[in-house]
Amino acid sequence: MGLIREIGDTLVAFLRALGSMAMFLGRLLMYTPAGLLRFRLVVHQVHNAGALSLAIIMLSGFFVGLVLGLQGFDLLARFNSENVLGGAVALGLIKELGPVVTALLFAGRAGTALASEIGLMKATDQLSAMEMMAVDPMKRVVLPRFLGGVIAMPFLVAIFTAIGIFGSWVIGVAWMGVDPGVFWSQMQSLVSMDDVREGIFKSVVFGVAASLVAVYEGYTAWPTAEGVGRATTRTVVITAVSVLILDYMITAALL
Amino acid sequence: MQQTRTVELGTGLFVLLGIAALFFLTTQTTGTGMGRVETYMVTARFDNIGGLTARAPVTMAGVAIGRVEKIELDPERLDAVVTLQIDRRYDQIPEDSEASILTAGLLGGNYIGIGAGGSFDSLRDGDEIYLTQSALVLESLISRFLFSQSDDEDDD
Amino acid sequence: MRLAAPEGNLIELRGVCFRRGDFRVFDGLDMAIPKGKVTAVMGPSGTGKTTLLRLITGQLKPDAGSVRVGDYEVPTLTLGRLYEMRRQMGMLFQNGALLTDSNVFENVAFPLREHTRLPERLIRHIVLTKLHAVGLRGAARLFPGELSGGMNRRVALARAIVMDPDILIYDEPFVGLDPISMGVIVRLIGRLNQALGLTSVVVSHDVRELELVADHSYLLAEGRVVASGAHRELMDTDSPLVRQFMHGEADGPVAYHFPARDYGDDLFDRDQAHR
Repeated sequence: MGLIREIGDTLVAFLRALGSMAMFLGRLLMYTPAGLLRFRLVVHQVHNAGALSLAIIMLSGFFVGLVLGLQGFDLLARFNSENVLGGAVALGLIKELGPVVTALLFAGRAGTALASEIGLMKATDQLSAMEMMAVDPMKRVVLPRFLGGVIAMPFLVAIFTAIGIFGSWVIGVAWMGVDPGVFWSQMQSLVSMDDVREGIFKSVVFGVAASLVAVYEGYTAWPTAEGVGRATTRTVVITAVSVLILDYMITAALL
Repeated sequence: MQQTRTVELGTGLFVLLGIAALFFLTTQTTGTGMGRVETYMVTARFDNIGGLTARAPVTMAGVAIGRVEKIELDPERLDAVVTLQIDRRYDQIPEDSEASILTAGLLGGNYIGIGAGGSFDSLRDGDEIYLTQSALVLESLISRFLFSQSDDEDDD
Repeated sequence: MRLAAPEGNLIELRGVCFRRGDFRVFDGLDMAIPKGKVTAVMGPSGTGKTTLLRLITGQLKPDAGSVRVGDYEVPTLTLGRLYEMRRQMGMLFQNGALLTDSNVFENVAFPLREHTRLPERLIRHIVLTKLHAVGLRGAARLFPGELSGGMNRRVALARAIVMDPDILIYDEPFVGLDPISMGVIVRLIGRLNQALGLTSVVVSHDVRELELVADHSYLLAEGRVVASGAHRELMDTDSPLVRQFMHGEADGPVAYHFPARDYGDDLFDRDQAHR
């Protein structure tokens, strides 16, 4: 009996969180046209979410590319198909690993920063102070950060993917001796524009999801040190889970 | 002001890098070559296309010269009509050439290989390749091998 | 635009009820804040002083009763009208609530940049004037993290008056300050009220500091106003509750003990009915 009630309560809590997050997104989207006009604020947040995540994205992308190069080469060599290494790695990066891994790294680097920043502003009454100065914190604080994340994500994904392909080139061509012409031509015959579009589409969706979760968790955090800490943890967990679920849904829908 | 300038500069660089990466992905990794190049269409009929899919490469002497544009079933003759999109540069393909569905490696995908014929007339947009060879389906290959023992008279 | 004030009261609360869960924070609260004066609102911790401010500023809505600020009937306002009203109010938060990612100058300039399209030269002029008024013109390039608590609050005060409001609200302005900073703030409240023709509301429980600035005082307890009048009168009253608060006695009508069941029962856990 207690267990059923607990499950029921959890379900209700989950639905409420989902609903309130959806309404939060609705408000943000409603304000978006006006928010984009405040170009300076958005640029600042593109810098925070994008430019400051660049180092970790590039480093991770390169190493993911190296690993894919090694593993892919090892696997494909067993079928005497080393030549398709470039195509296989590019396809995997463009369609899946680029968007997903970038979104996870984004949650860890930019998402936590956003959530804790907004949460701390709330805890130190900065958001209330804005309301009292007749400035809507949704428009002045939350919206630019959300838009900054949404704009930065596709670029981060593209950079991650491009560097990853370079990493696999280093392994395949420079080290394992795959013919460079074959490496690229196999990639080009295997990867189609639809694949790239799928990757870009995913990066936009993940950008919206990851940014939304971060600003929502920050804005709704309990205004205490513990509350802000929980908000950052939840940001990473919820982003990771929702990105993986969304990834499955998009992939299934597009196949 | 100094701080604003650094932020704007950093953001500008970031966006530039992002656009460069997007450009790289859309032009260098994909075979969009066919999209930009002038092409022409020919069709070919097959009894069985096996695992052939749209966008599979079309090759001649191992060189990619085009792609499979679409695959349809002819509702009357009940065979597969495959439309091939071929690079305009290769407009000297003899009209009696043969199209076969081949397999790249043991696990590779299917593609279409065109074997040159001897005619002096070449294929034009909208023509049909009459000489075709269907995909080798592994199961039927095995059963043929088992039941007709050494009656091998394939490859004609 | 100035706030209109019929009968000389700029802010009026009538029969305000506010519940938080089952707990009645206010139960028929009446209060009037006269224009041009410094009004103190006192009360023991937990009597809803901050809630009162939030009702006046429209961050909370009462369950019943009327909250009038100038011509605005606060609980019925749309968000747009609410923001219009708030532009004529300044509020000083307990810890200053400065924007931590901007320096002192930008903090004070914030309302101007958000609400006006003044040229940079004029903004600079206004901001430096206000900073000078709180004695921190020299700190314009520092960040909030580099300032002491008292200086933070003075910067916040400069920010609160930068739009030349009609009403200035202070939420616990004396908490956690050293005696010197405390003296500075006390002096600023009085001076600003006179110089700018403000109506000030000071919420605090620091009876001695309020004595120096308040023209009129209210004492809140148990969701109602239990005493009001000139500050001196409240100090000399013989109502036991007012005496207890004004003179800081530990036990009295406001009990030292939080409501609990019988001590003996509690210690030996005799009564299971409470579970």
